Amino acid sequence: MDIFFQQIINGLVLGSMYALVALGYTMVYGIINLINFAHGEVLMVGALTSWTVVSALEGSGLPGWVLLVISIPISIVVCSALNFSIEKVAYRPLRNAPRLAPLITAMGMSLLLQTLAMIVWKPNPKPYPILIASEPINLGGPVISIVQCLILGLTAVILAALMYLVNRTKLGRAMRATAENPRVAALMGVKPDMVISATFIIGAALAAVAGIMWAANYGTVQHSMGFLPGLKAFTAAVLGGIGNLAGAVVGGILLGLVEAIGAGYLGELTGGVLGSHYADIFAFIALILVLTLRPSGLLGERVADRA
Amino acid sequence: MTKQKQLAVFLIAAIVLIALPLFAQQMGQGPVRIMALAMLYVLLALGLNIVVGYAGLLDLGYVAFYAVGAYMYALLASPHLAENFEGFKAMFPNGLHTPIWLVIPLGAGLAAFAGVLLGMPVLKLRGDYLAIVTLGFGEIIRVFLNNLEHPVNITNGPRGLDRIDPMNLFGFSFGKAIEIGDFRIPSVTLYYWLFLALVVGSLLVCYRLETSRIGRAWMAIREDEIAAKAMGINTRNMKLLAFGMGATFGGVSGAMFAAFQGFVSPESFSLMESVMIVAMVVVGGIGHLPGVILGALLLAILPEALRYVAGDVQNLTGGRIDSSILRQLLIALAMVVVMLLRPRGLWPSSEHGKAAPSPVTK
Repeated sequence: MDIFFQQIINGLVLGSMYALVALGYTMVYGIINLINFAHGEVLMVGALTSWTVVSALEGSGLPGWVLLVISIPISIVVCSALNFSIEKVAYRPLRNAPRLAPLITAMGMSLLLQTLAMIVWKPNPKPYPILIASEPINLGGPVISIVQCLILGLTAVILAALMYLVNRTKLGRAMRATAENPRVAALMGVKPDMVISATFIIGAALAAVAGIMWAANYGTVQHSMGFLPGLKAFTAAVLGGIGNLAGAVVGGILLGLVEAIGAGYLGELTGGVLGSHYADIFAFIALILVLTLRPSGLLGERVADRA
Repeated sequence: MTKQKQLAVFLIAAIVLIALPLFAQQMGQGPVRIMALAMLYVLLALGLNIVVGYAGLLDLGYVAFYAVGAYMYALLASPHLAENFEGFKAMFPNGLHTPIWLVIPLGAGLAAFAGVLLGMPVLKLRGDYLAIVTLGFGEIIRVFLNNLEHPVNITNGPRGLDRIDPMNLFGFSFGKAIEIGDFRIPSVTLYYWLFLALVVGSLLVCYRLETSRIGRAWMAIREDEIAAKAMGINTRNMKLLAFGMGATFGGVSGAMFAAFQGFVSPESFSLMESVMIVAMVVVGGIGHLPGVILGALLLAILPEALRYVAGDVQNLTGGRIDSSILRQLLIALAMVVVMLLRPRGLWPSSEHGKAAPSPVTK
């Protein structure tokens, strides 16, 4: 049973990181119907920026948590600026182009960011310093580290703030209106361009935080680290019903749990034939199943196919 | 242009294409190799064009079918199976050397089967969902290729399969250079001709498909699926056909790749390759055969050719930009810049691909 609870904790931690990234995907898709392939790379840039800041300040004798607190806002600013410019340069001119064109630029952007990161930060994996060293807390069998506690807590706070932003503020109302119908929203005095930029900035901030969490939890950063989390986070967004914020969170956490539990038990269940290295395909199998059985996602509304 | 003039242009182009490697091989095998690989990419792009260009289904896992074909050939024409399985060893003590007349149809068939199998559940999805599911499928295949060495060693994991037989047609091996007097035609040149012939054949198939009843049905689905359905097109079967047909092209190209390289490993079938092929189709001009060929040649040859200047760049940037990084950078930039400047591709078709004009009265 201990293994089970341990995997639940691991799954929740993994899932909350997926959820943060998935929110960025789902908000962008909800408003401009574009899979922002470069979103996973924003996570990577966030993690690498934080690594740069932390390693530059490491010698200054400041305690680890101070470094972390300093690096988070810097990463958020860098990623927000990056995502803002990506939208402005690569997506905005193509808003009325054939459907495939922005998708291809998005993939190109993702590749471009990875390559640039390889040039700026060199391709080798870099160890992310342990900033908050502590004994893992024992919960009567399963253990949880301070970093993992922080990830869960921070995710909860961010989600609450985002819900408030989207449901209670003027910007949130403008975002929902633009997602519903950009033209009518514009007639009501909403500036769609401004709302779209704001969406990209918020998404980037969430991805930056998720990237730092990822780095702190797994202890290494690299130019290619954003790809798989990005892909799985998108899967999570689809799982929950794309365009739906609550769906992204549910999908992310569900996906994290499925992956962790699957990875923990797969070897045992199949008598060692299939090992935990098959964990990566759970996300995709879950995705195919959900889309076959319920094409609009778990919490999504049924939308008519647009011609 | 008169018919005679057309014929003349065609003949000249054919002679140039056939004779090109004979001149290029004077500079060593490198350039010919690049040309042969470019032909292979043209083949792949033509196959994907059926799925993405004609039927309008975005397939981001196309490389999975390529991998299926390549591994099929590699398994059936290398010593690997006989070395790892007693049963095979008893039957084929010298290793398995299945003739290509069996392997290539098998590879193509298996790829088509995989295509239909994947297509069945997912083809009713909306476009973007389809993209992500096919992407996932490509990753699943790659994970399996990487891990199917335990408990029974089928794919030999990340180390890949080597010692694959070269292509062998009517007792004529493409793996050996032929010598006519003093003149030596290396094996890569022979492969280049083989791939060129295949490209020409596929081009004919694609061209005929485009103007056929099936091709028109695909384009109708691409433009407006509901209207196509209303016109009596069985959209499900037609989409499955497109998927299967595209996969067949992928499977055949994969088998060719395995024979050409003599070695396959999961590394060759990463998502990057899928993205590359999609980029070729879209950058060139989606659904337009000359455009697709242009895109494939451009993206396959240009980055390779620029590798020759990579040394200078490497010195200039203190080793930060090496040739593989430079190649990736160029492909990424090409994708972004071409789409921004020409959203419908470099050489788009003039009649298809446009949405119907909106019904506004003058």
